[in-house]
Amino acid sequence: MISLENIGKTYSTGKVSVEALRGVSLTIKERDMIAIMGPSGSGKSTLMNIIGCLDVPTSGSYRINGTEVATLTEDELAEVRSKNIGFVFQNFNLLPKLTALQNVELPMLLAGVNRAKRTKRAVELLTIVGLGDRLDHRPYELSGGQQQRVAIARALANKPHTILADEPTGALDSRSGEEIMEVFNHLNKEGLTIVLITHEGYIAEYANRVIHIKDGQIEHIEQLQHKHRHVIEKER
Amino acid sequence: MQLLETILIALRSLTGNRMRSALTMLGVVIGVAAVIAMIAIGQGANKQVTSSIQGLGTNLLMVSPGQAMQGGVRQGAGSLTTLTVDDANAIKEQVAGVSGVAAEVSTDANVVFANMNTGTSIIGTVPEYASVRNSNVAWGRFITEEEVRDSSMVAVVGSEVLTNLGAQGNILGNRILVNRIPFTVIGTLQSKGSSGPFSQDDQIIIPISTAMSRLTGSKSVRTINIAVKSEADMDQVSASVTDLLRTRHRLAQNADDDFTIRNQAEIMNTLSSITGVFTILLGGIASISLLVGGIGIMNIMLVSVTERTKEIGILKALGAKRHQILNQFMIESMALSGLGGIIGVVIGIAGSYIMQQVFQFQTVVAVSSVMLAFSFSLLVGIFFGVYPALKASRLHPIEALRFE
Ligand SMILES: Nc1ncnc2c1ncn2[C@@H]1O[C@H](COP(=O)(O)OP(=O)(O)OP(=O)(O)O)[C@@H](O)[C@H]1O
Ligand SMILES: [Mg+2]
Repeated sequence: MISLENIGKTYSTGKVSVEALRGVSLTIKERDMIAIMGPSGSGKSTLMNIIGCLDVPTSGSYRINGTEVATLTEDELAEVRSKNIGFVFQNFNLLPKLTALQNVELPMLLAGVNRAKRTKRAVELLTIVGLGDRLDHRPYELSGGQQQRVAIARALANKPHTILADEPTGALDSRSGEEIMEVFNHLNKEGLTIVLITHEGYIAEYANRVIHIKDGQIEHIEQLQHKHRHVIEKER
Repeated sequence: MQLLETILIALRSLTGNRMRSALTMLGVVIGVAAVIAMIAIGQGANKQVTSSIQGLGTNLLMVSPGQAMQGGVRQGAGSLTTLTVDDANAIKEQVAGVSGVAAEVSTDANVVFANMNTGTSIIGTVPEYASVRNSNVAWGRFITEEEVRDSSMVAVVGSEVLTNLGAQGNILGNRILVNRIPFTVIGTLQSKGSSGPFSQDDQIIIPISTAMSRLTGSKSVRTINIAVKSEADMDQVSASVTDLLRTRHRLAQNADDDFTIRNQAEIMNTLSSITGVFTILLGGIASISLLVGGIGIMNIMLVSVTERTKEIGILKALGAKRHQILNQFMIESMALSGLGGIIGVVIGIAGSYIMQQVFQFQTVVAVSSVMLAFSFSLLVGIFFGVYPALKASRLHPIEALRFE
């Protein structure tokens, strides 16, 4: 369980300081799937980076399964990222010199998993995301949608409980975007917690809840009872 | 992350940028090769000097007349005529720890054999000279007591003189003219292999009595060579000889010695300490180029860290700890300097060998200098790699990820 209480984040560059987050409180239960929406510059990425332990808040309290993140050292934060969280980025962020397989193996390599186990799991994951026949392709030999699926496989490598995706479909056409969302949907049903940022309503409708952010504050939280309503909307 | 795999990843990143890696390594290659070659030259010079002196025997004391230094001015050898054959005999009879004594007079002379002639030094001495000065006969024999007693006209010829006279073993039994005086050649000397100012091959040995009566026309001795039984007793024997000669020469308590004792072991130590300084100097200058090579590594590693900022950000997002990033970059810079070091060692050794073949000066490649240069290159890699690696490991994950 992830709980944020009155989180604030201020960036100060020289004399100017920007309040990116102002008193955000939010609880994300296990197996939840939430979407974060809001105008550009409203603090969505900032919030997600804090949830993902890539950054630390300037005020407030953030707990993962009861542990106060503010008390952790840099290496302990790295440990949390390694074990508990998988990231998916808008621009994929694959390493261009490595093959799909090597990219997926990378988090396991960093976590000290041995070669045989690593390769076995990477092949499994790539097969799950439908790229079992693209193991030795490098990122530039893959389409955007395929690259994002490699990135999702990579995010799953160390069996995290939460996947954080910052505009995962932002660089994709709507067809590939929906395919990616189906993958997330599937993973959520398998028991993973999913938090994603999006600008597009039909993507957000895959979520159970939509958090609307404006000016660094939560404007309102929308509960969605019927998932996949977008399918109906789209056919209209 | 397993070390082996980190190393493999580091090598992969270096081979991905072959030209740059090669040029970076070149600095270290040149540095290491220069250090090895320079030390090899220094040590070669040292060996040449010490082997020349060892040719004389390091347990040798040489007594010559006059003070070595007077008011800072070296007196010409033999400028005083204070030493005699009797002094030599007295030393032999009265000083303990002496294994042989050979008085010696010398003069320069013109030598003619058949239609060849050459200038050389004529040494007048006694049979013991052979053992005292490690002069071995190649062909024939050395001079004898009888020949000294009888002032015989016999000569033992040094190897360089032989060459200059265009002669071989066939000279034995033949006559040579020394300053127009005929001598019969009874033997030749083995070469000591030394050349230049230390050469003992460019000389002719005749009985001391003959030399005094026919060539120098004086009773004074130029040098008394004393072989000491044990090198450890050199100082003690030297002191005894001083006392004896002072008594024999009736010198007053406060008078200066009228002779000088040179100690071969001391001369050798002095000379090898000079060549030692020379070696350190050469090696030191060469090390500077190794240091410059290290700065090249740091420069390239810094560029590499900047270029790979995004990669570092991704690794951090995937859970890389600081030390993993640090190791990665440290291994890269150590691989550069280590590989450069190995190539430098090979080139340094080959270069020293080639210098010896081509320029004829002796070089000695010591294992210790190779180890030193190689470990220094690794150290350079570590030292100059630390800063870029620390810089990489301390990057903030978000800022690194944003880098384009
Ligand atoms: N490193 C930083 N230094 C200074 N200001 C920053 C930094 N990162 C973000 N900000 C500021 O914080 C605010 C929130 O940024 P954030 O990236 O969270 O917005 P966002 O909601 O993700 O926008 P977008 O939809 O365009 O991605 C912005 O005003 C931005 O300028
Ligand atoms: Mg954003």
